[in-house]
Amino acid sequence: MEFKTIQTAHVPVCYFESGKGEPLVYLHGAGGVELDEAFLNTLAQNFHVYAPLLPGYGDSDECAELRDMLDFTLHTWDVIDALGIQDPILVGFSMGGMIAAEMAAVAPHDVSRLVLISPAGLWLDDHPIADVFSMLPFELPKYLFHDEEAGANAIGANVELTDPAFLQIFLVRNARQLGAAGKILFPIPERGLAGRLYRIRARTLLIWGESDKLIPPIYADAFRKAIPDAELVLVPEAGHMVAFEQTSAVADAILRVGPRGEATMAAEVTARV
Amino acid sequence: MKFTWFNLMPWPYLPDDFREKHRSVWVDIDSKLFDPVKSHEVYNTYLDLLEYAATLGFDAIGANEHHQNGYGLMPSPNLIAAALARRTEDIALLVLGASIALYNPPLRVAEEFAMLDCITGGRLVAGFPVGTSMDTNYCYGQIPALTREKYREAHELIMRAWHEREPFAFNGRYNKLRYVNIWPRPIQQPHPPIHIPGGGSIETYDFCIDNTYSYSYLSFTGYLRAKMLMQGYWDRVAERNADPSPYRAGFAQTICVADTDAEAEQLYSEHVNYFYNRCLHVYPGFADAPGYRTIKTIQKGALSQYAPLSGFANLTWKDLVEGGHIIAGSPETVRQRMEDLIKSLHVGHVFCLLHVGNMTKEKCMYSTKLFAEKVMPKLRNIFPEHADDNRFWCKPLAKRVRAGSLPVEPELRELAFKDA
Repeated sequence: MEFKTIQTAHVPVCYFESGKGEPLVYLHGAGGVELDEAFLNTLAQNFHVYAPLLPGYGDSDECAELRDMLDFTLHTWDVIDALGIQDPILVGFSMGGMIAAEMAAVAPHDVSRLVLISPAGLWLDDHPIADVFSMLPFELPKYLFHDEEAGANAIGANVELTDPAFLQIFLVRNARQLGAAGKILFPIPERGLAGRLYRIRARTLLIWGESDKLIPPIYADAFRKAIPDAELVLVPEAGHMVAFEQTSAVADAILRVGPRGEATMAAEVTARV
Repeated sequence: MKFTWFNLMPWPYLPDDFREKHRSVWVDIDSKLFDPVKSHEVYNTYLDLLEYAATLGFDAIGANEHHQNGYGLMPSPNLIAAALARRTEDIALLVLGASIALYNPPLRVAEEFAMLDCITGGRLVAGFPVGTSMDTNYCYGQIPALTREKYREAHELIMRAWHEREPFAFNGRYNKLRYVNIWPRPIQQPHPPIHIPGGGSIETYDFCIDNTYSYSYLSFTGYLRAKMLMQGYWDRVAERNADPSPYRAGFAQTICVADTDAEAEQLYSEHVNYFYNRCLHVYPGFADAPGYRTIKTIQKGALSQYAPLSGFANLTWKDLVEGGHIIAGSPETVRQRMEDLIKSLHVGHVFCLLHVGNMTKEKCMYSTKLFAEKVMPKLRNIFPEHADDNRFWCKPLAKRVRAGSLPVEPELRELAFKDA
């Protein structure tokens, strides 16, 4: 993937840009964009896609000034302003979904549509989300993928951590990326979003992998309770990394979300019933 | 030289198959393995051993802080120090240390250290660790990437509280306090000497040099592996044009003494084995929460001693002795290796881990007594040119009260009316 760089109030930020059409801003999960290439390219067939990397990810500089949820939320609005985008479709995956939801709650009139793909941000005591920060690479696939073996190959989960050179690269990358993510996800990935979701006005689509074991689909119900008009698409044969495992199903669902204010098919059906 | 007798206070009843059946001795250790009734005796024996060491000529007895940890029964080192404060008279109490970023507000540490200093008559040597990632991040929930910033703020707050003599407002990022005005205040002015446990980051080297704090390396892998790290510190001391007093540094070492080398193995190998193969069985995922260690430090190769690469896997007595993890043997063997340790690391403070794993009290006393009588005296004057450097040690009151100084009961009435 090729990245461009844009200056923000704090640090220069890298972003991926592709396609033509309505602006769509994609916010990645805690693992970065490494597995998102096919998904972003598919979206770019219908949208003008921007995918900024959070400070600490890829070549985006780390940013000590970003400390809490509000900082992350406003920083991402800063990026969108710097890119000159107005009324974007905001698509966020996992951690990115948490940020996108906050952005839509903070600035409810500035988001055209909101797509939350297995978003973080809520916490149900009876369904605790597993601690990804303490996991070794080989433990991740069962939480992230429906097809664990294919997932393990995709993320190189079976590497030997006994190679010092590799270990150092692995630890530096983790320190930069998960270090940054930890500011809003550690030790519990919840920063009060539940109390702000009521502010969201954008038409909202929730997309969830049916076999998500990291943030199980019961969290979709919690989001729907808080955002009453949200539509849910449950994708079969997909785990947490739903856009990686079922790329076209997720892209199609996003394509079907109508323009702002226009009822979607699913919503119409629900209304008639 | 200053010698501190240390006991990590391990839980001595971890089962034989602990390594096979449990993933970690720390953080998510099986709580069913802890037996509160048995702990009654364990705690009191460990306190007795600390008090015993205090009678043998050590300079200090020490306590440290760990949480949810099978080899450390001291979530609150200050409670242990308080128990010892009243049962000892002359020896220094070294608390290495209280994790200042974990307390809300960290003034609590400033107050408790002041209390300890007042109760002991100025016998406190204080320590301010950042805390391990296991303790700080996984057990106490601090955000890894913000831990150091919070630590620095806690340090600034405590120091201002100890130095300033008027109430002041403190507008920190993590602490907002309108009236900082601690009460009581420490006897040692402006504050007790400070030791900082570090793991090889330049930031910590500089922090110690800037503040005249002693830098200590608390590793379980022994002095041979510590050379590179300590050399990094001394290089930095030289670069910064600070004096090279060995009291700027300390090192923790597991030590076992018997009459002969063979006897040391016979007496202590099962306990050393217990410590290295059960107590240090830490799940590597807890070693280093992402963001806890700075990138610069990782790039320098200063990894956690619990990280996958350096994790402890089934080490034998021979591995441990030859690798320098432990210093064990006859008094003469131990003296030679201790001298090598002290000179090669250039450390004025040694934290002697003389209780190891599930050692019985008898064996611990035996090893401790041999060390105190036959080894320690011969190591006392390794740095005669720095003998006067008292910047890193406590300065007790010359005249101190003793516990148990109340008047005897039959004279109470007479004494009560004395000033009436």
